[in-house]
Amino acid sequence: MKLPSVKLLAVLSTLACLAGPLRADWPQFRGPGGAGLSDAKGLPTKWSADSNVRWKAKLPGRGLSCPVVVGDHVYVTACTGYQQDRLHVLCLDAAPGKQIWERQIWGTGSTMCHPTTCMAAPTPAADASGVVALFATGDIVAYDREGNLQWYRSLARDYPGITNNVGMASSPILHQNVVLIPLENAGNSFSAALDRATGATLWKVERHKDINWVTPLVVANGSQAEVLFQTGKEITAYDLRTGKKRWTHEAGLSSVSSPVLGDGQILIPGSEFTVLKAQGDSSAPEVVWKSNKIKTSYPSPVYYKGRIYTLNSASILSCNDAADGASIWQQRLKGKFWASPVIADGKLYAVNEEGTTFVIDLGASDDQRRILAENKLGDTFLATPAIARGALFLRSDGWLYCIGAK
Amino acid sequence: MSRLRTCVAGPLFLAVCFVAASAEPTDVGPLLQRLKAVGKEGAGAAEAATALRELSRCQANVLPVVLAALDDATPEAANWLRSAVEVIADQNLAAGKPLPAQDLEKFVRDTRHEARARRLAFELLTRVDNSAADRLLPGMLQDPSLELRRDAVARLIKEADAAKGKNDKETARQVYERAFAGARDKDQIDLLAKELKALGAEVDIARHLGFVRSWQVLGPFDSTGGVGFAAVYDPERGVDLQKEFTGKGGAKLRWKPHVSVDAYGTVDLNKAIGKHMGAAGYAYAVVESADERPVEIRAGSNNAVKIWLNGKELVSHEEYHHGTRMDQYVGVGKLRPGKNEVLIKVCQNEQKEEWAQSWGFQLRICDRVGTAVPVVVAQWSPAAKPTTGEKNP
Repeated sequence: MKLPSVKLLAVLSTLACLAGPLRADWPQFRGPGGAGLSDAKGLPTKWSADSNVRWKAKLPGRGLSCPVVVGDHVYVTACTGYQQDRLHVLCLDAAPGKQIWERQIWGTGSTMCHPTTCMAAPTPAADASGVVALFATGDIVAYDREGNLQWYRSLARDYPGITNNVGMASSPILHQNVVLIPLENAGNSFSAALDRATGATLWKVERHKDINWVTPLVVANGSQAEVLFQTGKEITAYDLRTGKKRWTHEAGLSSVSSPVLGDGQILIPGSEFTVLKAQGDSSAPEVVWKSNKIKTSYPSPVYYKGRIYTLNSASILSCNDAADGASIWQQRLKGKFWASPVIADGKLYAVNEEGTTFVIDLGASDDQRRILAENKLGDTFLATPAIARGALFLRSDGWLYCIGAK
Repeated sequence: MSRLRTCVAGPLFLAVCFVAASAEPTDVGPLLQRLKAVGKEGAGAAEAATALRELSRCQANVLPVVLAALDDATPEAANWLRSAVEVIADQNLAAGKPLPAQDLEKFVRDTRHEARARRLAFELLTRVDNSAADRLLPGMLQDPSLELRRDAVARLIKEADAAKGKNDKETARQVYERAFAGARDKDQIDLLAKELKALGAEVDIARHLGFVRSWQVLGPFDSTGGVGFAAVYDPERGVDLQKEFTGKGGAKLRWKPHVSVDAYGTVDLNKAIGKHMGAAGYAYAVVESADERPVEIRAGSNNAVKIWLNGKELVSHEEYHHGTRMDQYVGVGKLRPGKNEVLIKVCQNEQKEEWAQSWGFQLRICDRVGTAVPVVVAQWSPAAKPTTGEKNP
């Protein structure tokens, strides 16, 4: 009997991961697979500063980065200093919220950015061995679970000419032994794959010279694992192992809001919300449908049980049929939203800038009863929540909250 | 009790520390060298990680040696060394062991050490000595560490605010003035200038920071589709203030003097040259230095810019309307004794949005701490006021 090759095992392993990421953890921007979904049950519907807060931890500085959770470790980044050049990575115990360790690096790239954002904008990515944190300065660092430095790179010095005076914010993605980094910017623009263990560059591809904030998406296409990088003009699939270009689809897409997978199809926000179906090879993907009526602002869309949920710049939460884009319902929320909505247990959680989280019952048939709660915590909230260990982790400019029944 | 032995080998202290677990001494010199050997693109990370694990078991006595290794470390190595300092300090404190406060204070006070290393030492010291900040910061108003200086300025601002609260205006003014002399961060300078002006004191921010306000400007040259950024127009081959040029659309151009009256030296080319889109403009200044000295040419602009000092390109940044701030771009160069030429090219693109209409820049000449250097800026117009001053401090 012929034994399967190592390469085949690796492919099968990759595809197995893509088919069903474990949703107990929340290891990256928008959780497992970047889907914004959690399997958690029994999350609280209502909370306030005095109720259903398991713990809250003071953070050393601002950050738009989301907390990530793997096992009992919560990782979060922040930046401090007048020039925002002190870049922090913190690890907390998810249960009591006690800080386990904190490390800092000195930023080596430009700290120029719009005042709304900061250098701790990209969300870190974590796995069982530790965390990889990318900062808007182009500094990227890996720590093990105990806070020991595994590797560090100054991408601004490795690849001079990286520039985004508005501030970088795209997040890295960890996929098995590869760290996928989106460094698309107005100067030396590229995306790359780094070795998870050493930080060494595995491959690097030149990208459009334009500022961009989209986080990449890993997908399965036939027997290949692909990583998708999206700009305002195109979305391109690269072979995850080699960086070889597989296919490109050009359209008016978002340079802020990130794509998501839905039932094997690629849902892409933009001036025309576009749904693509990869063909199982490197041929151009099929355009399943597109619509100029589904608008996203800063938040990224979420796919859940055949429906697409989006938040537009007027704070209207829209529910559309993923099969054809038809509108099912719309719900006006209040405030400005930077954070992407997340879904667990049939409820959508959307936190606005002022710290009010709207809890939406996705099963409600009555528009009047769709909003289950408006939970206000105050402070400024720009980060997408994480869901893990039966709790929501909400990050404000000053605090990390663990929301859950005690 | 463990004993720490140190010796000096070249610029790097070679220290011996006792490893807590094995009670065997470990020479930290080779370990630090492995951290300092990390290169670009992650080179040497595996060796450095192993060395860091060994270092992390050292007693806290070794901290000044690790901090001193930052003095000549590359930016990559500096972050490895910083991590070593953090881990050693954390593990010793968690074990209830003291940090070497006296040695740390000595390190902080020694301004020959690298500024960030001294700040890191200061933060370790203040973790174990509540009185250290009060003892050290009053003497740090002119410190080469901008973070230490910032804290020193902040203390004086509090002191002056308190005097103002008691209606002791004279004391308040004097303390604000001392703070202003030390301030290098824009938020503190803005605050202090406001307070001083309210108390009737004269404040010249541009002079304080070394902004050049007296320029000769020329333009527009063509930059349709962004071509002007790469194009080498005549001024880049040498400035002749008497020459006439053919600019965008065949316009005849001549250098003309311009003096910025902005507190931060901003030159609005929409006014100095005229409103043009898809255009490149030049500004030229002559600064006289008594000595040869290293300087930083720091600029801010919403437009694409190139900057030359004595014909050598120091800054090249092609980005449009993504924001601007003081010291956005930094070029490192050297003034020669006598006259020095500063030339900046500022390219405006063709965006139509209201927020994309700005065309201008600000530029200052300072040392690496951000302190204005003593230069005399040529005054082109008889009516022009002095810019950075006859002799900056």
